[in-house]
Amino acid sequence: MTRRKFPLVLVLVALGLILAVGLVQTGPTSAAGAAKEVVIGFTASQTGKLNVEAIRQINGLNLWVEQVNAAGGVKLPDGTVVKFAAKYYDDESKKERVQELYTKLINSDKADFLISPYSSGLADAAAVIAQQYNKIMITAGAASDSTYKKGYTLIYQTYTPASRYLTGAIDLLAKLDPAAKKVAIVHEKDKFSTDVVNALKAYAESKGYQVVLFEGYEPGTTDFAPFINKIPPGVDAVMGGGHFADTTTFAKQLYEKKLKTKMIALLVAPPEPKFAELGEACISVIGSSQWEPMAKYTAESAKAAGLEWYGPSVADFDSAYKAKFKEEPSYHSAGGYVAGLILQKALAKAGSTDTAKVKEAMDAMNLLTFYGNIKFDTAKAHGLQIGHDMVYIQWQKDAKGKPVKQVVWPEAGKTAGAIVCPVR
Amino acid sequence: MLDQLLSSLTDGLLLGFVYGLAAMGLSLIWGVMTVINLAHGPVIALGMFGTYLLFSHVGMNPYLALFLVALLGLLSGFLIYGVAVHRVIDAPHLSSLLATFAVNMILIGVGTALFTTSPHNIDYPMGSLQLGSMITIPGTRFIAALGAVAFTAGLYLFLYFSRPGKAIRAVANNRVAAELMGIPSAQVLALSFGIGTMLAAVAGGLISTFFPFTILSGGPYELKSFVICVLGGLGNPLGALLGGLILGGLEGLVPTFMPVSWVPVVEFGLFVLVLLIRPSGLLGAK
Repeated sequence: MTRRKFPLVLVLVALGLILAVGLVQTGPTSAAGAAKEVVIGFTASQTGKLNVEAIRQINGLNLWVEQVNAAGGVKLPDGTVVKFAAKYYDDESKKERVQELYTKLINSDKADFLISPYSSGLADAAAVIAQQYNKIMITAGAASDSTYKKGYTLIYQTYTPASRYLTGAIDLLAKLDPAAKKVAIVHEKDKFSTDVVNALKAYAESKGYQVVLFEGYEPGTTDFAPFINKIPPGVDAVMGGGHFADTTTFAKQLYEKKLKTKMIALLVAPPEPKFAELGEACISVIGSSQWEPMAKYTAESAKAAGLEWYGPSVADFDSAYKAKFKEEPSYHSAGGYVAGLILQKALAKAGSTDTAKVKEAMDAMNLLTFYGNIKFDTAKAHGLQIGHDMVYIQWQKDAKGKPVKQVVWPEAGKTAGAIVCPVR
Repeated sequence: MLDQLLSSLTDGLLLGFVYGLAAMGLSLIWGVMTVINLAHGPVIALGMFGTYLLFSHVGMNPYLALFLVALLGLLSGFLIYGVAVHRVIDAPHLSSLLATFAVNMILIGVGTALFTTSPHNIDYPMGSLQLGSMITIPGTRFIAALGAVAFTAGLYLFLYFSRPGKAIRAVANNRVAAELMGIPSAQVLALSFGIGTMLAAVAGGLISTFFPFTILSGGPYELKSFVICVLGGLGNPLGALLGGLILGGLEGLVPTFMPVSWVPVVEFGLFVLVLLIRPSGLLGAK
């Protein structure tokens, strides 16, 4: 190497190092003195179309890491104190990045346990890698059923699966307007939304409804006018949607096009506090939510149901999240937190960090947490969530005319009665 | 069926005006200097972000912001021309193609670093327009179509009734002859590139008032611009407007009869068909 080139090489190496450091973002690491540090690996869509939901999810997860470490970690029977460290990368909401990064998390970063990225498509891509390398992965923000029907044994779901995601909206419609007959379904053509609406369509038809439109749109669609124009007049309910960005646009354009219907029930976006930014367009829109801050899960309700209670109360989680992130937690935040909580419980129960022992503890789990019931299928669809149920929220107006979220279904947990879509 | 057809067609045609405006930029640049501007898409996206930043950070009305975006578009057009296009203007087409592609990659890279690829949104509702009982037009789309028509008319007046506009047409017609008549072709080429870029940026700004966008959102409009240019005749700005309307109309019509996912199949089918049957486009290149 000539003397002239040397400084250039030095600069390049330094640049490379800076880039590498910049790319790797580590979460809070455990305090010194921990006998064992367990690395939780995951990717997060910090950029790209899934960023709103994904950032809430990692916020929740990071809050759990912080709290569990602050509380002294998990003590194993042999005296080892386990503390957790989060290690994550930005997957840019892209499938191809996910597989590359999970392999890196396992091989280079020596992750002991994995949490899935947000969304069914990305989680499904990560599941292959987790199973291949014999790592337990808890999926958060991934509701698709199909991942659990592929024979994986180490993938566990925190969300209510897609097949039960929006079916309650049909029951709610029957209550809202017993004469309703026609349902239009417009959905994103991704894995999760397709799973949801296929189950929804079958359920609606089994209840005697007529599905007058059933059409999918490409992920990333911004113009919904062609779909809205196709909705036949006299439709009683519009259901579907996909993820936050597209569903919000869909709701906005439904409002602008003054569509006349009795009920609008959409996926993912409505429960997000940010959805209220639509203003008038969000009023009366219903969404199914995995969890809501006004959910009524308590140690007492666990006792009544004969379940073990574990983790913080709803109010504790809610206030800790608000204090740290200065925003309302959404179900994505709760899902991120509970993914960590499940792992914490499984480790405590197994008394070990060994994959086989933790798996055994996960299989036997049946808990009530602030997020609801957690129980996994151990038969054919191993890891599928069978304990947890959805709640349905609707945006209504408070006394001052501002949008406010109310739980309208199931009957037992409602905070207000559902309203019919106003004439727009 | 009829009401669906009518409202679909109206939506499509309104969008068509904006498509036409975007394509006009591409068409003008090709017509004057036979350069295929692959940086067209990111410039559209920059127009979106320009309007967004002026609206959300400066608090400017997004429609007023368009004039500033137009000026910035013109200036960045000069810059892109000076840096990447001018030196390769007489080289084989591949050189200018690669040069503008490089600009495309740079703009996307910088844009991704600055804005990430997360969707942004200009929330400036303009209500809805009710035509009879059947057609409801979102106000933002209607104003965008009007804006596109206004800019097209401005371009037409400029090209046909101003000295620099006439110089552009002269250079497009025969550069050597124009130079012999004392027209400074280098300046005229830069001006044409600037105006082409300006049109793309304004189209982006108009789109941003009704659709959410990311830095990658220009891509689909760039593709549409190619189809529109071929339909209307590459190098003919008015043909581009016609092509835009045809494409918008198709986007309105096709979903009435088949699933929406068939729209690109029909669009690009038409693209190939026009290339085969009438390569110079419907209005022919000028």
